Amino acid sequence: MNRKIKVKNGMQALVSLLMAFVVSGILMAICGYQPFLIFGAIISGAFGSNSAIVQTMIQATPLIFSGLAYIFASKAGMFNLGMEGQIYMGGIAAAAIGGMNLGLPAPVHIGLTLCAGMIAGGLFGALAGVMKACFGANEVISTLMLNFVAINLTSYLVNYPLKAPGPVAQTQNVMPSAMLPKLSAHSQLSAAILLAVFTAFAVRYFLGRTAKGFDITVTGSNRKAAQTAGVRIRRILILAMFVSGAIAGIGGACHITGVDRRFVDGFSAGYGFDGIAVAALASNRPLMVLVSSIIFGALRAGALRLNMTTNLPTDFISVIQALVVIFVAAPMLVEDLKSSGYKLAGRLTGRRKEAKEQ
Amino acid sequence: MGEDAVSMRGISKRFGNVAAVDRTDFHIKKGEIHVLLGENGAGKTTLMKMLYGMIQPDEGEIFINGSLANIRSSKDAIGYGINMVHQHFMLAGYLTVAENVVAGWEPDNTRVFSYKNAVETVRRLGGQYHMEVNPERRVQELSVGNQQRVEILKALYREAEILIMDEPTAVLTPQESDELFNVLRRLKQEGKSIILITHKLKETLQIADRISVLRDGKITAYGIDPEKTDQEELAALMVGRNVELHIQRRSKKIGKTVYQISNLSLGENGGHKLDQIDLSLRKGEILGLAGIEGNGQTELIEVLCGLRKPGTGSLILNGRKMNSQAREFLGNGIGHIPEDRTTRGLVLSMSIEENLMLGYHHQSEFQKWGILRKKNNRLIAERLIKEYGVKARDGRLPVSALSGGNQQKVVIARVLHQDPDVLIAAQPTRGVDVGAMEYIHHMLLELRDKGKAILLISADLDEIRSLSDRIAVIYEGRIVSEKMSDAYTETELGLLMAGGTQ
Repeated sequence: MNRKIKVKNGMQALVSLLMAFVVSGILMAICGYQPFLIFGAIISGAFGSNSAIVQTMIQATPLIFSGLAYIFASKAGMFNLGMEGQIYMGGIAAAAIGGMNLGLPAPVHIGLTLCAGMIAGGLFGALAGVMKACFGANEVISTLMLNFVAINLTSYLVNYPLKAPGPVAQTQNVMPSAMLPKLSAHSQLSAAILLAVFTAFAVRYFLGRTAKGFDITVTGSNRKAAQTAGVRIRRILILAMFVSGAIAGIGGACHITGVDRRFVDGFSAGYGFDGIAVAALASNRPLMVLVSSIIFGALRAGALRLNMTTNLPTDFISVIQALVVIFVAAPMLVEDLKSSGYKLAGRLTGRRKEAKEQ
Repeated sequence: MGEDAVSMRGISKRFGNVAAVDRTDFHIKKGEIHVLLGENGAGKTTLMKMLYGMIQPDEGEIFINGSLANIRSSKDAIGYGINMVHQHFMLAGYLTVAENVVAGWEPDNTRVFSYKNAVETVRRLGGQYHMEVNPERRVQELSVGNQQRVEILKALYREAEILIMDEPTAVLTPQESDELFNVLRRLKQEGKSIILITHKLKETLQIADRISVLRDGKITAYGIDPEKTDQEELAALMVGRNVELHIQRRSKKIGKTVYQISNLSLGENGGHKLDQIDLSLRKGEILGLAGIEGNGQTELIEVLCGLRKPGTGSLILNGRKMNSQAREFLGNGIGHIPEDRTTRGLVLSMSIEENLMLGYHHQSEFQKWGILRKKNNRLIAERLIKEYGVKARDGRLPVSALSGGNQQKVVIARVLHQDPDVLIAAQPTRGVDVGAMEYIHHMLLELRDKGKAILLISADLDEIRSLSDRIAVIYEGRIVSEKMSDAYTETELGLLMAGGTQ
């Protein structure tokens, strides 16, 4: 039964993806471009060489974190749309702690830096949780608005108090002792991706196997039943938002300590928002996030390559992404399309039969 | 056969390899109320959905007024004058009564919808059948009973001659049920044929002209005369064995008070929801709380289970004052069978296994260092499923896959497995069929004989009277009377429940 549902969800995701490609291909053709050329460029930019694959993985890493963050909150019945902001908060905290010369050995300093990012993101997420649990503020709106607070606050910080000398609004580089080790000497790929994969398994284990995780799932499935079962709903809502924000925050911290090595104003470029799409494509399953992140990461990597090597507009990447979200978010639509496809086929063959009989 | 309004012959319907309806014949005379009786899952609704064209039979024929009918859809069925009022109403809450009634069959062939015309039509129809509902009210503002009237008006508007009612009283209060029956009798006088699907015995005898019983997809008794039968016989036909309907076995040994409720009050919006309630739950005793729904029972249950803080008053369990959270109430031995199992009692989307530990999953039986003991929990679940006779193929299935009676067994198994000192049992048999009802009644009595204190809250007065050792009557948030149950007569109780004095 469960397996059936899983397969069905997987099929649905696949169909959505396919539909998105078909429709965006049509759009490209209408705009006078050759869809296969663009798709080819994207694919080679995402998987065509070692460095392309590395780029895809780098792009996928923050998406894994934000996808997981979204899933965690949604299991408790909360919509965390503030992952973008939580990434920034985690990033700035990591940049601040990582930039300090503490004289610590590298593992300790890295751990401290990531913890700082985690806590900063977590507290920022919990803020929305508290507002929901204590004052009934709708978390959809509060998390969305808190993004602006985070983005502008960090922007102020890197433009003034934490600004490194030079023309660019960015902090100083983090200490070498706070940098995440690279997986290979020549590429940018850092241990962040391992941490992301580990987090996916950890989220799945926590939600599926622990008593606290059970509290969260029950709360998200039926709040009244949870209350009757003695679950302290408010605490659970705040906890879920804290953990969700913390996961996003680690994502930000990893990007700072693993890729950029410093906090650059506006560095995230939508990793948080894309997390929603990643979670949707993964039909809210932690391990599937690993797959859907790579798909979205590939699109991003492909876009970068498209930008560098051709003069084809990268806007089509956003179109593809948007269409994936639309088709995933509208499972009914996909269902309808499927069934009306069958009906149409049935009708056509039926008519033919009738015609023959006549 | 000429007088039969509907004649279904040799009807079968299989879902997978289960025969929901198995070569069944079923006939309805013109102008009769025919009750189709059966347990949940017996195939009543499936049979009627085939008549209404919602599902197609695998084999068999349907004759309407003696001639073969070709019913491929509900629209066809409506064309034949057949209408069905479903258990869950098919109404658009935001639209008015008139709009709902005419929707899909708007008057005039012009393209312009005349609202005034619709209102007029509905008003006339309501007057004709004595079912006054203001056609211009929004449906969502109506009581459940009135929403049902709108459904019936809708059928009459479509010129229904044959009306199928699927468990119409499940959602109604006793008063609303009586009103519904009056309406149905009037429709019968107008020559309409009515098929009423139910599993309730009392109302069957009250309203039926003829009764047919369906069990496991087969008609086991057709066209019984209600004058010549009784509840016991019908129950036996339904379940396939003798059923003890009214178990009456008083407690032999009532002990000391376990749960003392003193001077409990709860205010809301200026009014009193609960007003100075004193009750004591004693070992080995079932205390029945009688009352018409909405007189404070829900609030009392919530307070007694720690879901709501009382305004004033105290709760003392085994000499200990209770003033904390629901979890502490559960942990200290207050078991709770919630009033509404689908919203409070169970998480429908989660598995039977998970529901069997819900609320107790932080206890060491189910977890160790915060990690759920998956294998162990599965074994416990399997044992409980067997022990309490939950009909489920697999404990990993979502609990929503079970029938109402089996869902309730899951709730009961969960609570009783924890061996609580006090049991708050609210509507324990609501919406379950007679077989499960008998079983649940036995469980409650057995628990009482083991020396537990039970508070039984039920809208079913028969249930309260047969099971309780003592009865308290609640009216507008106050306990207006309390004595041993055999000291009450039925009329006395009815009067007290309605707010009359002794």
